[in-house]
Amino acid sequence: MTTAAKRLARESHLADVREIGAGFDVQKVRRDFPILRRRVGDRNLVYLDNAATSQKPQAVIDAISQYYELDNANIHRGVHFLSERATEEYEGARKKVQLFLNAADASEIIFVRGATEAINLVAQTHGRTNLRAGDEVLISAMEHHSNIVPWQILCEEKGARLRVVPISDSGELMLEEFGRLMGPRTKIVAITHVSNALGTIVPVQRIIEMAHRENIPVLVDGAQAVPHLKVDVQAVDSDFYVFSGHKVYGSTGIGVLYGKSALLNAMPPYQGGGDMISSVTFEKTTYNKLPYKFEAGTPHMAGAIGLGAAIEYVNGLGMDNIAAHEHKLLAYATETVSAIPGIRLIGTAKEKAGVLSFLLDSIHPHDIGTILDQEGIAIRTGHHCAQPVMQRFGIAATARASFALYNTREEVDALVEGIQKVREVFA
Amino acid sequence: MPDLRELYQEVILEHSKAPRNYRELATANHRAEGYNPLCGDHFTVYLDLEGDSIRDISFQGSGCAISKASASMMTQMLKGKTRAEAARLFDHFHKLVTGQSPANGNGNRAELGKLTVFSGVSEFPVRVKCATLAWHTLQASLEGKQDTVSTEQPAHTE
Repeated sequence: MTTAAKRLARESHLADVREIGAGFDVQKVRRDFPILRRRVGDRNLVYLDNAATSQKPQAVIDAISQYYELDNANIHRGVHFLSERATEEYEGARKKVQLFLNAADASEIIFVRGATEAINLVAQTHGRTNLRAGDEVLISAMEHHSNIVPWQILCEEKGARLRVVPISDSGELMLEEFGRLMGPRTKIVAITHVSNALGTIVPVQRIIEMAHRENIPVLVDGAQAVPHLKVDVQAVDSDFYVFSGHKVYGSTGIGVLYGKSALLNAMPPYQGGGDMISSVTFEKTTYNKLPYKFEAGTPHMAGAIGLGAAIEYVNGLGMDNIAAHEHKLLAYATETVSAIPGIRLIGTAKEKAGVLSFLLDSIHPHDIGTILDQEGIAIRTGHHCAQPVMQRFGIAATARASFALYNTREEVDALVEGIQKVREVFA
Repeated sequence: MPDLRELYQEVILEHSKAPRNYRELATANHRAEGYNPLCGDHFTVYLDLEGDSIRDISFQGSGCAISKASASMMTQMLKGKTRAEAARLFDHFHKLVTGQSPANGNGNRAELGKLTVFSGVSEFPVRVKCATLAWHTLQASLEGKQDTVSTEQPAHTE
C-alpha cells in the first residue's frame, strides 16, 4: 500500500470508528486491534491484563510507523520541511492531550516517559522547592509504588514525613481520616484516581476541594483512570494530573504531566539540556518557557504522536460508550466470578473501574495464573506494585483480571471456566 | 503448549496441601529466609546441623503449590544427608528444573529419586524460581548467610 493510500485508509478507518460511537459494537472494535487475533498455543488470546498495559489499535500502530515513514526529523530546530512536519505533528499531539484532559492551555501538558516520571518530576521540583524538615506529604494506602517511592525519597532528603490515609475493608478511601490527617504541615497531597490493585474510583473532586480549603496542592495519579473515565482537570481543579500513554492504547515510553501553569512556572527545571533553554552561556542559562522547560533533550516524538492517535481513537468511540461498556462488563465479571465457590474478591468499593482482584480458596495466585495461561487467558498475579495494599488485606498477592474497551462477555465466561479448571486441578 | 499435568503432578499437589516437616525447628542451629516479593512466596528453612550432616530440617511459610511442594520434598530428601550430598542434589535438581538434565533416566535422575516429579517445571520457565526458592534458601542457611534469599529479579513495574 502506498503511504497516501495508507493515510486514506486510516482516515476512513477513523470515520468507521466514529460511526460505532452511538451503539458500541465490541466485535467491530476488536477488529481494530491486530493482536487480539493472535493465538496462544491452540487457544484464542483472552487478554485480561489491561491494567498492566493495553493493546494497540491499528490506528496507533499506523500513526507511529507513518511518522517514521513520512515525517521523522528532530523537532523545534530545523528550518527544513521534515522538521516542520515533525514539530507540527508533535505539537498536534500535545493539543490532543490538552483537549483530552480539558486543560486550559497546551503549554500545561508536559510529555514525559510515563506516570512514574511525571510523579518524580513533581516530587523533585515542586516538592524539593516547597518541602522543609517536619513538613508532610499525604498519600493513600492504595497507591501504586510509583506514587509512594518518589515521595519517600523526597521526605528522606528533606526530613519530612509521609502520611498515609487508610482505606476501608472494601477498599474505599476513608475521607474522614483524610480530613483528619491534613494539617498545617501538609505540603502536598498525592492520590490515585483509580486503584490499580483494587479498581476503586477515588472521589478526587471531593479530596481536591478539601485540600484546597487548606491551600494544599493535589497531584492525581490518573494512570488507571484515563482509559476508563472522562477526565476534566479543570472541573476537578487538579493541580497536577499524570498518566501513562501505554495504558490508554498508546505506546510505552510516553506519558503526560499536566500541571497548572502558575505551579509549573514556579518550579525549577527537572533535567537540564537541549530544548529546555532559551539561551546558554557559561555564566548563565535562561530557561525556556512552558512546556519546553521540562522537556530536556529530544523527546519521544513517535510516542507522543502515537498517543495523539490513541486519544483520537478513544474519542472516536466516545469515552461515555467505553465507560458504559466496561461498567457492564465489570458488573458481569463481578457477578459471575463471585458466584464461584471459594472466591474472595479483594476490592469491593461501590465505585470501581476496570479491575477484578480475587483469591480462590488457599490456592496461590501464581498457580491460578499458570493454569489460566494454559487456557490462553492472560491475567496478572502478584502484588501489582502495591505491596501496602496487600499488607492492608493481610495477603501476599492476588489474581487480577483487568478489562479494556475490547473485552467481551465471552471472555469473562472464559475466565470463569478457567477458574473452574483451577478448582479441578486443586480439588 | 506444555501440559499442565506435567507441572501439577499429583505428588506435588499433595505435598502443597499437606507439607512435610512443616514446623519451626526447636533444635535448629542454622536458619535462613527466602522471599520472592513479586509472587509473595516467603519461607524460612530451619537446619539442625551436626558437624557435616543434616540431623534435622524443617520449613515454614507460604507460597504457591510449586514452591511449597518443593520445600516439603526437599526437607524429606535431605534429612540425614551431608552438606556435600545436599549440594550435589541441589545441582541435579537445578539441572532438572532448568531442562539441562538428559530426558531419559541416568545417574542424576536415580539420585533425585521422587524429586523427578519436578521435571515438568522446565517447560514453564517462569516457575523455575518457585521450584528453586527453598533450595537456594537451604544453601544460604548452610553457608550461614544472613541476607534474605530471592530467586526473582527485584525490578518490576506495573
